[in-house]
Amino acid sequence: MALTRSNEQSLRLDRIACEGHGACAELLPELLSLDEWGFPIVHSATVPPELAAHARRAVAACPVLALRLERARP
Amino acid sequence: MTAESVHESTRPMPAVPADGSAPGPHGTRLLSGWFTTGRAADLTDHLDRYGPLPLDRARRGHASPLINAVEEAGLTGRGGAAFPTARKLQAVADGRGAAVVVANAMESEPASAKDATLLELAPHLVLDGIALAARAVGAREAHLCVARTRQHQVHELHAALAERERRRVDPLPVRLHELPHHYVSSEESALVRWLNGGDARPLSTPPRPFEKGVGKRPTLIDNVETLAHLALIARYGPAWYREAGTPDAPGTTLVTLGGAVRHPGVYEAPMGAPIGRLLAHGGGPSEPLSAVLVGGFFGSWLPAEQALPTPFTKQDLAALGAGPGAGVLVALPQRACGLAETASVLAFLARNGAQQCGPCRFGLPAVAEDFAALAFGRLDPDGLRRLERRVGLLAGRGACRHPDGASRFAATALRTFAADVERHLHHGPCPAVHHEPVLHVPTGSVPGPDEWR
Ligand SMILES: Cc1cc2nc3c(=O)[nH]c(=O)nc-3n(C[C@H](O)[C@H](O)[C@H](O)COP(=O)(O)O)c2cc1C
Ligand code: SF4
Repeated sequence: MALTRSNEQSLRLDRIACEGHGACAELLPELLSLDEWGFPIVHSATVPPELAAHARRAVAACPVLALRLERARP
Repeated sequence: MTAESVHESTRPMPAVPADGSAPGPHGTRLLSGWFTTGRAADLTDHLDRYGPLPLDRARRGHASPLINAVEEAGLTGRGGAAFPTARKLQAVADGRGAAVVVANAMESEPASAKDATLLELAPHLVLDGIALAARAVGAREAHLCVARTRQHQVHELHAALAERERRRVDPLPVRLHELPHHYVSSEESALVRWLNGGDARPLSTPPRPFEKGVGKRPTLIDNVETLAHLALIARYGPAWYREAGTPDAPGTTLVTLGGAVRHPGVYEAPMGAPIGRLLAHGGGPSEPLSAVLVGGFFGSWLPAEQALPTPFTKQDLAALGAGPGAGVLVALPQRACGLAETASVLAFLARNGAQQCGPCRFGLPAVAEDFAALAFGRLDPDGLRRLERRVGLLAGRGACRHPDGASRFAATALRTFAADVERHLHHGPCPAVHHEPVLHVPTGSVPGPDEWR
C-alpha cells in the first residue's frame, strides 16, 4: 500500500444502529446519499483528505452514533 | 430418499481400501453407511465403520496436520458461502486464547433438507467433526445449534450425545442448543449473539466471529456437513478426498433436489458435476424445464438451457451470477410461472428479515410488494423501473447478507423470466399463477420482538 494513502480514513456505518435520520448525507453529499426511506447509500467509504473535515462533521451529526471514521485498513 | 432412487449416471468412485473409507454405491461418502445398512448409523455402527476419532492428527496450531489436510483437500463450507474451511480453521487457531467451536445445524433454507438428512443418518460423523475441529483450533467449548421447531431432531441428537458421553468418545462435551427458527436466526453472528445470551438476530460486523465471537473468544462456525467432510478427511486424507469431484471443486457434496425431478430428495454427488448430471441423481427432469433455482431462497434463477451444462463449482456458477449455496437445486417446469414463484419467496424473505436495518425494514417489503403486483396483478412500466432500482439498492446495505440474497434472487428472476415480465406487463397475470406453486414457501408472519430468544 502506497505511503501517500496512509492518512486516508474510511467511513464505517453500523446498519443496525442507523435509524435513517439522514443528517450524514446532508453534510457529506459527496460520499453519501439517502434512499427513498431516508437510509444512507454509501457511494465511497474512503474519505479523501480534502473531505476529512466534512466527514468528521457528518459523524458528529448522527444522533445514534451509527457512523464512524476509521483509519483506512491497508 | 431411498437407495434405489440414486440414479445410475453418478460418476463411479475409484476403488479404495476396505478399511471403512470404502464409499457406498455411486460415490457416496457421508451417506455410505445408509446405503450399506439402510438405517441410521448408531455409535456402534459408526465406530465399526470408521474406527475411533483420530484426535492425534488434530493438534492445534500452524503445524496442525488436520488443518493442513483440510487445506490440501480443498474443502469449502457447505453452509452457503463456499469459503475455504482451512482458512477459517487457521484464523481461529491463530486467535488469542482458548477458542470456541459452533456447529450450525439450523438449516433455515426451506428448500434444503440435507443437514437434517445427514444428522438423521450419520450424526456421529458430524459429532466427530466437531471434536476434531475443536482440537485443531484449541477450543475449550463446543456448541451445536439446532432449530427449536425440530423436536424429533433434538431428541435424536441428545441420545447420540449421551451415547458418546457414556462411551467417552469426545474429549470435550458438546452442548446442544435449541434456537428460535427464523430465516436469519441461523446466520453466524445471530448464533453468536444468541449463545452470548441475546436475540438470535445478526450483529453488526466487524468484529467477525473468528476474531471475537462466543464469550468474546475466537469462534469457529461451520455448517454440519462441512464438519462431517472434515471428519472423513482427518481419517482418509486429502488425496482420498480429491478422488471425487474435480481439481477446482474436489470431494462430494450433499444436494437437495426439488421441483420437477422424478425423485426429489437428498443425494450425495461429486462436486463440479454439471447441474444436469446432479438432477439425474434424482432421476432427471420429470417434464420440460424452463429454469433451475440454484442455491435455494438465497440463490439464483438460471434458464434451464444455461444451468444444465454448468459445472457445480463456485467459479463456474459465479460467472453466471449464482453460487452453490447450500446445495439446493429446484427444477422449474415450463408450465409454472417463475414470477409467481419468485413473488412468494420474496414475501417470505421480507417477513423473515430481522427488522434491524433499513433494507429489511423498508426496501425488501417494498420489493416484495412490487413483485407481487408484477406476478399477480398489474404493474406499469414505471413500476418495473422502480422495482429494478429498489432491487439494486438492497445489496450491501444490511448488517448481514440477507438483503443481498433477496436482491440476487429478484434480479436473476427478472433476467431469467424476462419474456414473462413483458407478458405480465402487457396482458396481466398468466393462467399459471393459479396453479399449485412448485416451491413450498412456509407461511407465517413477521416474528414479534420477543420471538428471537
Ligand atoms: C440469512 C442467512 C442465513 C443463513 N443460514 C444458514 C443455515 O441455516 N445453516 C448454515 O450452515 N449456514 C447458514 N448461513 C451461513 C452462516 O452465516 C455461516 O457462513 C456458515 O454457517 C459457515 O459455515 P461453513 O463455512 O461451513 O459454510 C446463513 C447466512 C445468512 C446470511
Ligand atoms: S440485514 Fe436484515 S437480517 Fe441482516 S442484520 Fe439487518 S435487519 Fe437483520
